[in-house]
Amino acid sequence: MNSRTISHMASDLVIEVSNLTKIFGTLTAVDGIDFAVHHGVTTALLGGNGAGKTTTIAMLLGLLLPTSGSIRIFGKDMLHHRYKLLHRMNFSSPYVDLPHRLTVRQNLSVYAHLYRLRDVTRRLRELATELDLTEVIDRPYGKLSAGQKTRVALAKSLLNAPEILLLDEPTASLDPDTADYVRGYLENYQRTSGATILLASHNMAEVERLCSDVVMLKRGKVVDSGAPNELIARYGRTTLEEVFIDIARRPYQEAVV
Amino acid sequence: MSDITQRDIPLSPRRIGAMVLRHVYLLSASWPRVLELIYWPTVQMVLWGFITVFLAQNSSYIAQATGVLLSAVLLWDVLFRGQLGIALVFMEEMYSRNLGHLFVSPLRPYEMVCSLLLMSLLRTLIGVGGAALVAIPFFDYNVFDLGLPLIAFFLNLILMSWAIGLLVAGVVMRYGLGAESIAWVAIFALQPLSGVYYPISVLPEWLQPLAWALPSSHVFEGLRELLFHQTFNVGMLITAAWMNMFYLAGGIAAFLAFFHAARQRGLLLHVGE
Repeated sequence: MNSRTISHMASDLVIEVSNLTKIFGTLTAVDGIDFAVHHGVTTALLGGNGAGKTTTIAMLLGLLLPTSGSIRIFGKDMLHHRYKLLHRMNFSSPYVDLPHRLTVRQNLSVYAHLYRLRDVTRRLRELATELDLTEVIDRPYGKLSAGQKTRVALAKSLLNAPEILLLDEPTASLDPDTADYVRGYLENYQRTSGATILLASHNMAEVERLCSDVVMLKRGKVVDSGAPNELIARYGRTTLEEVFIDIARRPYQEAVV
Repeated sequence: MSDITQRDIPLSPRRIGAMVLRHVYLLSASWPRVLELIYWPTVQMVLWGFITVFLAQNSSYIAQATGVLLSAVLLWDVLFRGQLGIALVFMEEMYSRNLGHLFVSPLRPYEMVCSLLLMSLLRTLIGVGGAALVAIPFFDYNVFDLGLPLIAFFLNLILMSWAIGLLVAGVVMRYGLGAESIAWVAIFALQPLSGVYYPISVLPEWLQPLAWALPSSHVFEGLRELLFHQTFNVGMLITAAWMNMFYLAGGIAAFLAFFHAARQRGLLLHVGE
């Protein structure tokens, strides 16, 4: 993707993760990982179940406190400048919900006020149009289909026009048509806004389509990283899915580079 | 891109208002929820009202001040509903798995605390206020006749309820919805010590210092003093207010400490039914 080349040349790091570790009791969920995300780039965090993707995203958002290591966002320490940084970020995940009894408009209005939007009505109208929510805007969120709920969650995550968008499995459990719509929307948003997107996904075709960079996690460690085509070439495979399976099935010590 | 948002500020009335709005939306769209707010205080008040009518004819104690039981019932509900209001409003976010979204927004935990207090106040005014109005035609008893002392009683009880409610909400945040029953029962552990329906002097002597450590005991003793002797004991209410400042600070500190523990353990992302 062109944006990757341009942003790498500019070398403006938006997210810098250094020696990040999270230990829960005897379980090391994230084990001293380092990676960086460049401005305007869509990066994927990949790994099997329990690899540490969601834990890493939760730490990037400050929902979870690291055991050690540092997270710098826009050059600032996340722990110390969390609230100012959250103003410029947003997040969506199928594992976090919105109140079911509130209508779509009510849900989005509440979050619009939380982000202190200047013109709530206008922003809601824009997002409802862009994400095809106009017809369901006054329906209770709980009565929507999975695809509609995903679009509402996406609208919530775009309310403040975030400069960094963190997405945990953005198309999980969506039908192919809706999933394709969401991917297309994200591509367009990234292109038009210049936002930086970090997403965790199990869908390798999605990652190949959306992402310029990939960070591969296994048992809480970064085992490889690079552009999807670089990884495919490095492992002598034809798709990223084959690379994923290759890494997942390698003995752990061998996988850790 | 930031031109669509206003500058972030550390304490935003708008964010607090947004959280209140979220629960007002919920209440306004559901008449059973509003009815539930008024239902129990009214049932309690009617029950104790008839007991009062009976005792007024058969007990010299009640005959001296017929409103003593009804006032106690209504004021006890301020404590109960205030505490429950905080816990239920907070648990509503857990039921709807919404905490993860809320706390990745710029919402500060202390702004969340402010919104919980405001919602607790609103729910208590609807519930207890409704029951108090029903008492007028039913028993010809108007608790508002207590006048300014009623405000002092109410403020002290609502402050105490907030301290307990924040502690309970923190415990539920830390230990999950398995601990939600605490929200319903916690306050009843304090009822026997608060002297709601009887003087503190009835308690065993060794238990009385513990009872006097509760602001609620001072309120209910003050209420009886007002009704039986027409004396408003300001000192007693000021003592209760000081205690409440201390307990409320403790409640807020406990909530924030549990919030910190929840962030350490990753509980904010994985709560729900």
